Order: sequence, then structure tokens, then C-alpha cells
Amino acid sequence: MAKMIDRPSGLGAQPTAEFEQQRERWESAGAFRKPRKGPGSGALDRTISDLPLKALYGPEDVAHLDLARDLGYPGQYPYSRGIHPYMYRDRLWTMRQFAGFGNARQTNERYHFLLAQGQHGLSVAFDMPTLMGYDSDAPQARGEVGKCGVAIDSLADMETLFDGIDMGDITTSMTINGPACIALAQYVAAAEKKGIPRKILGGTVQADILKEYIAQKEWIFPPRPHMRILADMMRFCRDEMPRWNSISVSGYHIREAGSTAVQELAFTLADGFAYVEAGVNAGMDVDSFAPRLSFFFNAHIDFFEEICKYRAARRIWARHLKEKYGAKDPRSWQLRFHTQTAGCSATAQQPENNIVRVAYEALAAVLGGTQSLHTNSMDEVLALPTERSVEIALRTQQVLAYETNATNVVDPLGGSYFVEALTDEMERQAEEYFAQIEEYGGVIEAIEAGFFQREIADASYRYQRSLETKDRIIVGVNAFERPEDRGEIELLKIGEEIERGQAQSVAELRNRRDAGTVGRTLERLQRACKDPADNVMPHLIASVNAYATEGEIVQAMVEVYGRYTERAAF
Amino acid sequence: MIRPLRVIVAKAGLDGHDRGAKVIARALRDAGMEVIYTGLFQTPEQIVQTAIQEDADGIGLSILSGAHMTLFPLVVEQLRAQGAEDIVFFGGGTIPPEDAEELKRRGVREIFTPGAPLSQIVEFVQRECGKRRQLVG
Ligand code: B12
Repeated sequence: MAKMIDRPSGLGAQPTAEFEQQRERWESAGAFRKPRKGPGSGALDRTISDLPLKALYGPEDVAHLDLARDLGYPGQYPYSRGIHPYMYRDRLWTMRQFAGFGNARQTNERYHFLLAQGQHGLSVAFDMPTLMGYDSDAPQARGEVGKCGVAIDSLADMETLFDGIDMGDITTSMTINGPACIALAQYVAAAEKKGIPRKILGGTVQADILKEYIAQKEWIFPPRPHMRILADMMRFCRDEMPRWNSISVSGYHIREAGSTAVQELAFTLADGFAYVEAGVNAGMDVDSFAPRLSFFFNAHIDFFEEICKYRAARRIWARHLKEKYGAKDPRSWQLRFHTQTAGCSATAQQPENNIVRVAYEALAAVLGGTQSLHTNSMDEVLALPTERSVEIALRTQQVLAYETNATNVVDPLGGSYFVEALTDEMERQAEEYFAQIEEYGGVIEAIEAGFFQREIADASYRYQRSLETKDRIIVGVNAFERPEDRGEIELLKIGEEIERGQAQSVAELRNRRDAGTVGRTLERLQRACKDPADNVMPHLIASVNAYATEGEIVQAMVEVYGRYTERAAF
Repeated sequence: MIRPLRVIVAKAGLDGHDRGAKVIARALRDAGMEVIYTGLFQTPEQIVQTAIQEDADGIGLSILSGAHMTLFPLVVEQLRAQGAEDIVFFGGGTIPPEDAEELKRRGVREIFTPGAPLSQIVEFVQRECGKRRQLVG
């Protein structure tokens, strides 16, 4: 029989009379305080997301929490304290810098540089035409080729992108959503041409289409066809790519569009639940695909709020997957996530200060238990990063990992009255949002009603006003300005010759390849798009292997599904 | 009664960054102007047509995708082609200082970059669009 241990199950211990006296003394000291004035004093009682804050937290703030139910141990349900029992003592997070610019050749060189500097994994940033499903020579692509990321028109570009890189060994994350299924097909095809079988490929394709309608705006088709394609991808990955994450459910973009931390938390998890439901509705067992869903969060500048957000996210996901969706495999309960420091917290003014911001944000991500991390470069506001600036950003992670000892103890903030109380409050507020979304009938219906878009735009405007009134301070922008400082740092420039070269090479490709095969594979793809019992993935792989371009494939699919247009409001 | 100033806030090309455009649109509306937000992915032709149809005093274009040296000049060209050069054309976004200078030489009235206070933007639009209104009536 198990030995009974006489310990309270709650987090807040029963206070003794002496402790009560100490508390009264602290409270009465409040009568004599002189609250701080000057910059930032308007923001003492609220987080950056407007969650109320007290001056001090104590046992009374966590008395309602139950140790086993709400905290548990790292590596155990409900994972508030982390998904691995020993966290970074056993394995550091993956250092993965989001990178891509110009053409595939230039970006390939950058990848070799980053790997040589000790980066662990790759993360592909595509340019706008690639993200929106247009070839580099399309009229819509004018002026945009290679500017915001790397231009990938066909399998040929994907092959160049991974030239000299062992795709069987490295893990790759691809930030692409509308055409995610095409990028995945190109990645598989590129690897198989090198003799690397798809079943050993490790990585992630973002493919989180719901947050595109909510925040990032890179949709192609209307939501329902996109959800069908996602179900096809989940099934394909389940059956053929056991090491691949089929969707990276992303809060990063929601936050960058101006949401609060609670909105980021709630909307992202709601999207995650919608994918779970899509998989289940497509006839899959939840445990067969849920372990391959991963997450992506923002690390903003409000230090503790961010840490609590990650802890709450893990707990909510575990609870819903186990209790609501009946998942039995613990891996389905575990929320694994990547983090990127907040682009919107960076400033154009005194750009070197961004190095400091990024360091704090990265620390929050690590104290919150992230599995991988991108640290922004100091030139974030001004342009894509130079080799120099990205190196500093990577070194920031290495200093954190190897010098600070912040990784030695698992969940070092667990049990902090403040951290536990705020974690719990964020969970509670997220649940309120889930109920509201439910009232709309689900995520897609709430998108169609403009609910998320409105909530985010309101929050973003509130925040901007708080900068105008100086309730919130940004160093170098609305306090401690140095008007003569416009940033003397060197910037990356993408010349017009990239667009010309890329447009020419895609035109040449069209002449080189076998047009008949391209036509036939695209036709079969269209048939699969119309047949819900088929899966689009094998047809996409056949099309990219025939060197159909991304624009051609998207066009073939648009003919079946149509294009989405947003009813824009502000 | 004088009709309030009317301004188009526009997004062009493939750029989906709309946070800044929406913030600007609200700030101008809060300052008493009538604001029409075009939504994303507009062509320069569409933007200028909307402005003419709506009898707008100004067009504010937001571009963060790096395509500003292509798209801003195309709007200027369209304003000329459609005989609407009196409409005040300004904008903002991720635009390096030397590009901003070049765009101003090519007919863009003003460029606001990250960190620009809303108060400064509102003040500019009120002044410049106000002048246009006095001229055009
Ligand atoms: C937020 C953000 C996002 C969000 C956008 C959410 C949304 N719906 O808006 C998300 C995360 C989705 C995103 C995605 C991407 N982003 Co982004 N993003 C940013 C970021 C961090 C902040 C922009 C922002 O909203 N700031 C807050 C608002 C209030 O400021 P603002 O827009 O600058 O507006 C101010 C001024 O510029 C000016 N202004 C702006 N517009 C207008 C218009 C008028 C009329 C006026 C008067 C003034 C004005 O006034 C405003 C007030 O001061 C910037 C970097 C930065 N810190 O600036 C990168 C940045 C713009 N993104 C970039 C890139 C590359 C991308 C992606 C292409 C990444 C990829 N490869 O996948 C995608 C593309 C998304 C798309 N669909 O277009 C690059 C662009 C590089 C370039 N131009 O050379 C930047 C510079 C970051 C970087 N260094 O890499 N991004």
C-alpha cells in the first residue's frame, strides 16, 4: 500500500499567525509609499497586454491551485512545468534562425554560414510571390522578387537551396502556408533526388492557414478547401513522414498583428483545436496525428507575462487533448513549441538597443520551456538581416545556453506566487475566449464574422495610443530619443537584378522540361482536388517532379477552389 | 457645413502587413476625417480609381514588403495618367531613408517610417489635405 504523506495538496500553505502579522506590516507600509514618477510610471499596474498586476503576490494568490492537478512534474500531465523531465539538462533548444533572401544560391550560402557558426536547424523564409503562389515572372510579382525572402519557383530552386546540405540529418522548418503543400512536395522531391527517403526527413511546414485569415494574410483559397488540403497533409505525414510536423500552429503572427498575450494564447490554441477536429472529422484517430502538431509563439518584451503564456499554453493543450478530445498517447498532450522574439518590439531608432531586447525575450522563451528559438537581428525594423547582425543574434542564444546557467534547473520559476497566479489567470481568460469562439460556431465562422480581426485591431490601436500618451515607454522612440541617430548600421540590399535573373530562369525552365508530363500531372492533381476521397499530396509530388512551377500548380488548384477575398475593415 | 477631409488608406502589391495601415486609418478617423481603407493587394490603377470615385483629398500608401520603389512610382504615374495630381499622395512603411528621399523627388509628398508618432502624421494630413481642399473646393 502506498504510504500516505501528510502534505497539503494546494500551493498556498496555511499561514501562521506570525506570517499574517508580517503581511499586515507590509500592507501598512503602503500608507507611506511614494510611488515612482516619470517614464513608465503609468504602466505599473498592467502588463503590456493590459492584464492587471499587483505590487506583490503571496500564498493567498495561489491557494486555489492544486499541486497535482495544476502543476505536476516536468514531463508529466498537465506539463505546466515543461514537457521533458530534465528539460535543457538533457537537450538544449534548437537554435534555428529564420533566413532567406534573393535567390536560392544566395540563401544556400547563408545556410552554410549559419551551420558553420553552430546553428542546429534550418528555417526557410520565402519571398512574397512564393508565399502567395505566384512565379517570379508573374505581373503580381513585380518589385517583390527576393525582397522578403528567397524566391522558389520550382523544384530546381529547392534543389539549389539545399545544395551541399544533408537533408537526412538536418531538420528544416518552412514558413509557408497557402502553398505549404507544394513546398512540402518540393522538399520531399529534392531529398529523394539525393537518395534520401521521405520517411527519415525531419522538420516542419507551417501550413497554419487559419492564422493567415486571422493575422498574416497569405491565403490563396477559401478556408474550407484549405482545411481539406491540410487534412490530406496530416494523413500523408502520418503514413509516410513519421518525423515531420504537419502543421506549426502559430501565435507569432497573431501577436505581431497587434494582439495581446491572452489573445495570442487563446486564438492559437483555438486554431490548434480546429485542426484536431479537422483530422478527427476526416476519419483519423486523434493519437495518430496530434503528436505531429507543433506550435510557434512570440516572445514579447513583457518578461513574466510571456513565461506565463507558455506555461498556460502547455496546460490548456494537455487538458483539452486529454479530456475533450480523448487522446490517450501522452505525446498528443504535449505542446511542443518554437519561439521567435518579437519583431514589433524592435526599433529603427538606436538599432543596437534591439540586441538587448532580444536577449531578454530569448531568456523568457527559455524560462518558459521552448523547444526551439529564433532571435531577431538588430536590423529587424530596417531590412532582412546582414550576416553580421544575424551572427550577433545567434551568439545571443549561445551566451544564454552556455554562459548564464539559466538552463541548469528545470522550470526555475515554477512555484513563484506571481508566475503561478498569472499563468492561471491567463488560462482562465483563454477559456473565456474559447467560449466566445464556440458561440460563433467555431474558428472559421468567427473568421468569417471578422471576430479575431476586430479584437486584434482594437488591441493594436490601444497599444499604439499608449505610446502616444507615453503610458508605455519605448527607449529611443518616445523617451531617451536622440533625433540625430537614424542608425548607422550597414543594411542588406536586394537588387533588381535578382528579379530579372529569377524571371529569366523560370522562363527557361518552362522551355526545358517536358510540357506533356506537366499537363498530365496537373490534370490528375485537379481531379484529386475535386475528389475528397483522394489525397492531393502524391499528385503534388508528381507535378513538382515534372518541374511544374509553383504558380502553375496554384493556378490549377485555383481553377477548382477559387480565390479568397477578405472583407477588410479597420 | 464643410465636408470633412476624405482620405484613402491603401495597401498594394502582395504585401499583407496591415497592422500599420489600420492604425493610421483609425488615427485619421479619430481626428475627424473620413477614411476609406482599400484592403490588401490593390493595383496602383485601382487605388487611384478609388480615390477619384470617392473624391478623396489624399492617398496614404503603406508598404513594408520592400516593393516601395516599384509601387509608389506607379501610383504617381497613375495619378498623372488619370489627371488627379492634386490628390495629396503620401505613405509609410519599411523604407530606408535614401529611398524615401528618392520617392519624394519623384512626387511622393511625404514618407513616414517606423516610430513616427501618430500626432505628426495626423498633423501632416490635416495640413496638406486641407490645402488641397482650399484649392479644389
Ligand atoms: C508585424 C510584422 C509582421 C506581421 C504582420 C501582421 C500584420 N497583419 O500586419 C507578420 C508576423 C504576419 C509578418 C509577416 C511577414 N513579414 Co513582417 N514584419 C512585421 C514587423 C515586425 C512590424 C511591422 C508593424 O506592424 N509595426 C507596427 C506598425 C504600427 O508600424 P509600421 O507598419 O511600421 O507603421 C508605422 C510607420 O511605418 C508609418 N506607416 C506605415 N504605413 C503607413 C501608411 C501611411 C499612409 C502613413 C501615413 C504612415 C505609415 O506609420 C506607422 C506609425 O509609426 C516588421 C519589422 C518592424 N519592426 O518594423 C516586419 C517586416 C516588415 N516583415 C518582414 C518580412 C520579410 C515578413 C515576411 C515576408 C516574412 C516571411 N518571409 O515569411 C512575412 C510577410 C507577411 C505578409 N503577408 O506580407 C520584413 C520586410 C523586409 C523588407 N521590406 O525589406 C520586416 C522589415 C522584418 C525583417 N527585417 O525581416 N510580419
